[in-house]
Amino acid sequence: MNSDDALRVLATMERIRHFEERVARLKLAGEVFGLIHVSVGQEGVAAGTCTQLRDDDAVYSGHRAHGHALAKGAPMNRVMAELMGRETGLCRGMGGSMHLVDVEHGFLGATGVVGGNVPMALGSALASRLRGEDSVAVVFFGDGAAQGGHVLETFNLASLWQLPLILVCENNGFAEFTPRSAHTVVERVSDAVAPYDFARETVDGNDVRAVWSSFGGFLERARTGEGPFLLECLTHRLSGHYVGDPAAYREALAADEWRKLDPIVRLRTSLIEDGTLDEAAADAIAAEAIAEVEAAETFGRDSAYPPESLTAEVAYA
Amino acid sequence: MSRELPYIAAIDEAIHQEMARDETVLYYGQNLATVENAPFVSDFGADRVRVTPISETAEIGMAVGAAMAGLRPVVELYMAEFMLVAMDQVTNEAPRMRAMSGGQVKVPLVLKAGYGFAAGWAGQHTGVITNMFLGVPGLKVVAPATPADAKGLMATAIRDDDPVVFLHHYLLTLVHGDVPEGEYLVPFGQASVRRTGGDVTLVATGWMVDRALAAAELLAGEGIEAEVIDPRTLAPLDMPTILSSVEKTGRLVLVDQAPRHSAVSGVIAGEVAEHGFGLLKAPIVQVTALDATVPYSEPLEAHVLPDEDRIASAVRSVLGTAPVAA
Repeated sequence: MNSDDALRVLATMERIRHFEERVARLKLAGEVFGLIHVSVGQEGVAAGTCTQLRDDDAVYSGHRAHGHALAKGAPMNRVMAELMGRETGLCRGMGGSMHLVDVEHGFLGATGVVGGNVPMALGSALASRLRGEDSVAVVFFGDGAAQGGHVLETFNLASLWQLPLILVCENNGFAEFTPRSAHTVVERVSDAVAPYDFARETVDGNDVRAVWSSFGGFLERARTGEGPFLLECLTHRLSGHYVGDPAAYREALAADEWRKLDPIVRLRTSLIEDGTLDEAAADAIAAEAIAEVEAAETFGRDSAYPPESLTAEVAYA
Repeated sequence: MSRELPYIAAIDEAIHQEMARDETVLYYGQNLATVENAPFVSDFGADRVRVTPISETAEIGMAVGAAMAGLRPVVELYMAEFMLVAMDQVTNEAPRMRAMSGGQVKVPLVLKAGYGFAAGWAGQHTGVITNMFLGVPGLKVVAPATPADAKGLMATAIRDDDPVVFLHHYLLTLVHGDVPEGEYLVPFGQASVRRTGGDVTLVATGWMVDRALAAAELLAGEGIEAEVIDPRTLAPLDMPTILSSVEKTGRLVLVDQAPRHSAVSGVIAGEVAEHGFGLLKAPIVQVTALDATVPYSEPLEAHVLPDEDRIASAVRSVLGTAPVAA
């Protein structure tokens, strides 16, 4: 990760952090509708991976998808408008938080069913292979999905056909409201793919340089047609499963402990230490992200709701 | 020009012709690229014709991803019940993607599966589970009853831009019939009137179409002329053809191999009750399977399924020429 990459990654993490914090507030204020899952604390994974991808690379995600969509290039104002259920939203108000899709930027979609679209990534990877293209497929899923049969089927088929697919597991230690230890004896998701004999790594997902480097290595190989790969990122979901979750099932981290883990603090500090940034420049990156969030909120609020005719318009091709 | 072909060969012919016509069509499934299917592999290659592990969820999920990437996968699932292990993909992923994305994506794929194998296959391979796929906006459901329709509907299914569940009836597999050569397309949402008559409308699907036609011949001997309609596609459903027949006959008997409370006949009955109540001279009668798991034992299997005699009895009952059947 060179210094330009690092600045881009830092800006992406700031954008996601401020977006998610604002969305949580707007949800509690009733301006954002529906069930909302935010990724505060996990920004390093989205930013360290998606910023290395192209528009023709397919990305899939799950219910906690805002960060992946933003990092893949989805315009923030249209993501915000979607969460507000507006016509100008990414999916014209048809999908919402759990079903974001942005075809133009290769974000093929989020699903609200845990791991439900992991096998879809096989299809994108197969299409790249059949067309002789160097595009790749990337799918994000949580450690909770890793116990699902559909995910295990995907491991098997991807390795059998050696598809250019990068599986990225965000292991935040909690499957919804339940610790990993209550779901499986397999401590590391990367161990779960061992029998399939594909390249795998487990990294500190809050060390964005480590995420960047491991993912970049897999990506380079996938572009030449190799695959699949699994990157497990150990990370921390700072808030509850959904906005409003009292999270009684775990103890919150103390603020000073969290500062040591926070992927944004860690990258920002290292960039200041190595002289790439000074405090003012770092603050300016955060301020720019906040301004973008403010504008997105206004854009969403000022947008109209979709017409009733939309439901019939999009039901069939 | 047409010639006789078995139902199953007519389906294969459609897939073969569409693969030759359009190189984005893929064909994959369990046991597919084995010796018996060699013509597909030799004609289209191992990239486009693939054998998969027994992983229905991965197969169908992969089809969704491939379809969104611009390919047209046909997934060979063999038995409709095997889709049940992948119902999230069939009913909650494939048909939702277009709507949830606000129309950004198309998901052109075909899920090909046999059903209704009432030949001693007992509880898990004999089901007529069509209704599990109805009531899912975004999904189309096709159930041909003749070799010609099997070919024409498969070709249309492959060219359709939405996910299609293509259900072929296992008891029709080797039934022969005239099948047009070359390109042949049967439009979705257009019922086929298989027999005309003015006394009663019989609507039947799949294997039940031939049973209804046989019952109509029996009834003709009694001076009763039945009109027999095969909807051919269950979603979309051609209600105008059914309603205009009811307008003529005033009487409706619905024949369905599915258990009574999961039969498409219930959907048709509801539509006619709402939109054609004033046309009816007698209550609508449904001749369906019993609400029972299909038993293994041959006499018991026959006991739970509709047959010509039950269809004929139902017709006599709506015409007031016999007591209402139990």
